[in-house]
Amino acid sequence: MDKMPKWADVVLIPLISLVLAAILSALVILAIGEDPVAAVKMMVTGALGSTYGWGYTLYYATNFLFTGLAVAVAFHARMFNIGGEGQAMLGGLGVALVCLYIPWPHWSIALIFAALGAALFGAAWAAIPAYLQAKRGSHIVITTIMFNFIAAAVLNYVLVNVLKPAGAMDPATARFVETVHLPSLHELLAPFGINFSKSAPANVSLLVAVAACFAVWLLIWRTRLGYEIRAYGHSESGALYAGISPVKITMIAMLISGGLAGMMAINNVMGEAERLVLNSTEGAGFIGIAVALMGRSHPFGVFLAAILFGFLYQGGAELALWTSIPRELIVVIQALVILFTGALDNMVRMPLEKLFLAARKEKA
Amino acid sequence: MEFLTIIQVLDSTIRLATPLLLACLAGLYSERAGIFDIGLEGKMLMAAFFSAAVAALTGNVWLGLLSGIVSSLVLAGLHGLASITFRGNQLISGVAINFLAAGMTVLIAQDWFQQGGRTPSLLAEGRFGGIELPFAIGPSDAEASGRPLSELIAEAGMIQQIYSELLSGHSILVYAAFLCVPLTWWVLFRTRFGLRLRAVGENPAAVDTAGVSVVGLRFAAVAICGLLCGIAGAYLATALQAGFVKDMTAGRGFIALAALIFAKWRPWHAMGACLLFGLLQAVALRFQNIELGSVTIPVQMMDALPYILTVVILAGFVGKAIPPRAGGEPYVKER
Repeated sequence: MDKMPKWADVVLIPLISLVLAAILSALVILAIGEDPVAAVKMMVTGALGSTYGWGYTLYYATNFLFTGLAVAVAFHARMFNIGGEGQAMLGGLGVALVCLYIPWPHWSIALIFAALGAALFGAAWAAIPAYLQAKRGSHIVITTIMFNFIAAAVLNYVLVNVLKPAGAMDPATARFVETVHLPSLHELLAPFGINFSKSAPANVSLLVAVAACFAVWLLIWRTRLGYEIRAYGHSESGALYAGISPVKITMIAMLISGGLAGMMAINNVMGEAERLVLNSTEGAGFIGIAVALMGRSHPFGVFLAAILFGFLYQGGAELALWTSIPRELIVVIQALVILFTGALDNMVRMPLEKLFLAARKEKA
Repeated sequence: MEFLTIIQVLDSTIRLATPLLLACLAGLYSERAGIFDIGLEGKMLMAAFFSAAVAALTGNVWLGLLSGIVSSLVLAGLHGLASITFRGNQLISGVAINFLAAGMTVLIAQDWFQQGGRTPSLLAEGRFGGIELPFAIGPSDAEASGRPLSELIAEAGMIQQIYSELLSGHSILVYAAFLCVPLTWWVLFRTRFGLRLRAVGENPAAVDTAGVSVVGLRFAAVAICGLLCGIAGAYLATALQAGFVKDMTAGRGFIALAALIFAKWRPWHAMGACLLFGLLQAVALRFQNIELGSVTIPVQMMDALPYILTVVILAGFVGKAIPPRAGGEPYVKER
């Protein structure tokens, strides 16, 4: 018998954790001498008050959708993929190679192959830690952390020594050609008579990300492979007994995870910067951890959490612009969300379970 | 390569290895007690900020060190609360602590000093100065003779060069860090506390059966970890550099974690690993790209080498790294 109803587990606990994180963040804002209510108002108008704000919110949310799904898929197989950052960096390399060296006739074809390239590079970067976990028992968390740093070094080397156009100063590739320019939401919505902000970076990748959400839902809950991944995540010995190969599931789950993290690059590299720069991921790989925890590893939860973090990101940028609150406030909020929804989950859960048990006893 | 150049690189190796060594030993205590800690980086960063901030405000480096240690202990307490008391995921807790430190330090620095997330540069009394060992050529000799120190050392004999440049002139924290190595070995392998601490990381149920508190021991280990991370952070901001800048730990906490695995959770080997990784950093700092005949080793390779070596060790191709058996598992007493 469950200790508490499902809706409490799925909705109530994340909400309480979020409220706790929000209260602490408000205290932090108070402590640095700003008004939390005014700050929230400014974040809401800045991130949601105009199509410009929405354009940025949705752009960030697209990044977090990919990285959040990546972490969530690994979570289902009870693996903690901290390597989303590195995998997304390598994904950027994949996109850059596809866009720079192949003359595409149209952006739609380019997008398909860029997404494939990004997923391939991201998955390849996840493959080595996955193999080492599956075959040699090396802890996936440590190896993926190490691969983040190795990815940064690889990217630094490639940009400085290989891909930088001759004569350019900053370590970045050349601009992609105009034919691979992805239509922004402005261009997509114009035929429908909706006037969306022209300068906001949200683009067609958002639709790909939403499709990815749906695909992950199908995979995890509607396919045999998804069932095997979940079974393995629940009990390794049970899965083994049912004839599920741990090596196969570990590899496949991590490859999908790495591929999803890598696909983020179609948004930030192909859609926004239209060239590959150093540190193009800007920590989105790590935010995926908070997003997946908050969304309870369910694609729909990830979707909501990604929008929330997109809002926080854009709102935080507005705060940094107009007040003395630095952008790092978002990092603090992100830390608090990870802390409460992840590490301190039992702190919220234990009293709540007791409450529900007591309520049930009274009824009986 | 000139002899003195080698000595200078080794000297900078010792300086750069010190924060790694302190953080590595910190992780050693924690992980030997069965608490994984990927929050070394965050604790160091927090301590670096508070030590530099308090040293800048009071002008007293010892007060700085103390507040650095206290701030690191607070984060260690949070990690203990999450992973021991509430039996949460230790890895997720570590990730949260890293982000908390990365955000809070800049937030507070901006609020206190308005210098874009850094502290003011520390003057001499706000920093740990070098200790001149007896008979070594140091700044006082240079002052007495009226000539630059580098000239005096260049003229000295080889033994004197080794003594004066390599061994003398470090801050007290460097000597303390290296003294921590035998101390840690002694505590872990020659005291009752150490035996219990190692046992709690291998088989907490056995320790519990013997009537010793698993929770108490693990909190003690986490506290020692906080203390050492605090010293490591203070060293970064008040000895190695003069003040705090945003994200100044720059992955050192993870290199220390790598060194810990490289050393297979043993104190003397930890020192070896930290010196090796310190040497890599020192060489990368001094030479950038290295020409070896026809092959050029890019500086990025030197940056990535500690991580690559750790993955190789973890993969078990060069001896297997087996972590403490109960590591990462919250202990649930049978009810």
